[in-house]
Amino acid sequence: MSNRTAGYRALTTHRLFWPIVVLVVLLAANTVYRPGFLSVQMRDGHLYGSLIDILRLSAPLILVALGMTLVIATGGIDLSVGSLCAISGAIACLHISEQPDQNSVGGVLTALALGLGVALVLGAWNGVLVAVIGIQPIIATLILMVAGRGLAQLITEGQILTINSDPYKAIGVGHLLTLPLAIFIALAAALVVAAFTRRTALGLIIESVGGNAQASRLAGIRSARITFLVYVISAACAAVAGFMMTANVSSADGNAAGLWVELDAILAVVIGGTSLAGGRFSLGGTILGALLIQTLTTTVYAMNISPQTSLLFKAVVVIAVCLIQAPGFRARFARRRPSAAAPAPVTEQPKEQVPA
Amino acid sequence: MTTLSLLTTRTWSRLPRRHVPVLATLVLLLVLYGVGVSQYRAFSNIQVIFNVFIDNGFLLVVAVGMTFVILTGGIDLSVGSVVAMTAMVSAFLLREGLPAALVLVIALLIGPTLGFLMGCVIHFFDIQPFIVTLAGMFFARGMCTFISGSSIPITDGFWTRMSQERIGNPSGNFVSISVLIAFAVVAVAAYTLAYTRLGRNVYAIGGNPQSALLMGLPVGRTRIAVYTISGLCAAIGGILLSFYTLSGAPLIAVGMELDVIAAVVIGGTVLTGGSGYVFGTVLGVLVLGVIQTLITFDGSLNSWWTKIVIGGLLFAFILLQRLIGIRYK
Repeated sequence: MSNRTAGYRALTTHRLFWPIVVLVVLLAANTVYRPGFLSVQMRDGHLYGSLIDILRLSAPLILVALGMTLVIATGGIDLSVGSLCAISGAIACLHISEQPDQNSVGGVLTALALGLGVALVLGAWNGVLVAVIGIQPIIATLILMVAGRGLAQLITEGQILTINSDPYKAIGVGHLLTLPLAIFIALAAALVVAAFTRRTALGLIIESVGGNAQASRLAGIRSARITFLVYVISAACAAVAGFMMTANVSSADGNAAGLWVELDAILAVVIGGTSLAGGRFSLGGTILGALLIQTLTTTVYAMNISPQTSLLFKAVVVIAVCLIQAPGFRARFARRRPSAAAPAPVTEQPKEQVPA
Repeated sequence: MTTLSLLTTRTWSRLPRRHVPVLATLVLLLVLYGVGVSQYRAFSNIQVIFNVFIDNGFLLVVAVGMTFVILTGGIDLSVGSVVAMTAMVSAFLLREGLPAALVLVIALLIGPTLGFLMGCVIHFFDIQPFIVTLAGMFFARGMCTFISGSSIPITDGFWTRMSQERIGNPSGNFVSISVLIAFAVVAVAAYTLAYTRLGRNVYAIGGNPQSALLMGLPVGRTRIAVYTISGLCAAIGGILLSFYTLSGAPLIAVGMELDVIAAVVIGGTVLTGGSGYVFGTVLGVLVLGVIQTLITFDGSLNSWWTKIVIGGLLFAFILLQRLIGIRYK
């Protein structure tokens, strides 16, 4: 009996328990609303279905969220990813649109390299601001978030750049082994990041920098270098996500591409159980969080609710998941009996007070 | 005697340092204005300044509310959506035929209520302000489209009168009533921050929450209060915006929170809290307004240059704060 209770408790207190429950509930609600939701069909050698669509559309978010996870693990935050998506997508599309033959693979590869290169430079700029100059991450990246949107519009000259390039389009909507190519790209990125962080000491070092950058430095870790690195990685992830977003619609819109993706990515990371205070991270949780958010968006679309109203549902889910995960909320419900003698223990955590 | 002189030297060396960011903003504003006057003859018209206030009155009010939140070391991302929601709700209720006074009261209650709830969640459940106000932002924006998917015009007599009333001198220069309301909000906020217990608590909590708690200051109450104040300011800003545009649109004021945060930071308030002035925020809003006016006057520059310039200014001011060594975590 007690063994079973303990098992139950271990299950419900697992940090990914509630996100999984919400995801399953969402999928179940969809199936009830639309019985054909779970079915996956084979057509023209490709798999089609709502589940596949969710996977394909969540690929950019997963990529951005992966980079964001590492940044948040060091106790920082990267608000500029949305603008970076717009910039890298705009540069790639601009380069392709200037090619005589838009379908040449070489031209597309150069375009990708250009977009990625610029994103890396901007990521390095973020990294320098945070790691070298020592500016608070939320403001340091706010600069590029505001200015980056302007830069993206400057690149596209305020227009929507439309391209007609099959190799580029494949990044967004192409298929490989019956599944969308985007899923494989996101999966590959996740595996590479996981291999580097969980199979080498890098993950541990990132967590230690997030726990206490000063102590890590004194312990012989080059904290500044690690902090710099995570912003560059985040920018690279954002750039690839930007390629996917623009390839999806074969056009680059400096104003709308990647708009609010940084918020979705931060939500995905938080839902996945990574603390905004830094010091620990969970890549699996982040991917789950990204899938949850995309499922929610798709659900709302499928139910014929206006896309903007989906924000209402997002707000409810975010607050619910965060509340359930919050230690303060749990503690309040764990001890129902009012104990007037003991005032709430003041476990002051200075890190938690920093506006993340 | 020695202690006194020590004390005075310390105050003398400290006071300017706290004032440097605000002074720098003031200098920047004067330089920008000087550039405008030297480049365009029409710029020296006093009405240009009045227009900056008329166009940015609502931004000013919202930025004042944000100053309170940032002074405690928090952040409120929901303001832009709350502004839109307030304008939307007023437009909707007016269309339903409710009297203007009742609509005003209801509209002014929604923002503070949402702010109060967010403050409670932040304080009692110990969730980061960033996440909570982000959810608030989604909620308010969702409510906007929930009310109506398209913009609702306002034809109410009181609203149109407030929108068209011009207060000015015989030579033709004028301000709108919104500007006077914005000034009143600024004055009340400046007084509250400088001379009341609540204001001093805000600075104390921003300086060091733990010390504030150990000193017996009401940390929780103050923290909830600042989010309520920010909600109230956003609601007033929403009303002013509906005076300005005479409509409620679901997608108005998107990204306004960034402009507001930028204005507060350019105004010299440190984002980790504890240092800054309402006056600085006024200057920050003016800087943004003058930049927009300059870009409008130029005509050949496109609107995206505004964003790039604001980004550059943000960088310059943060660097300045860093160089003069205001405490940064």
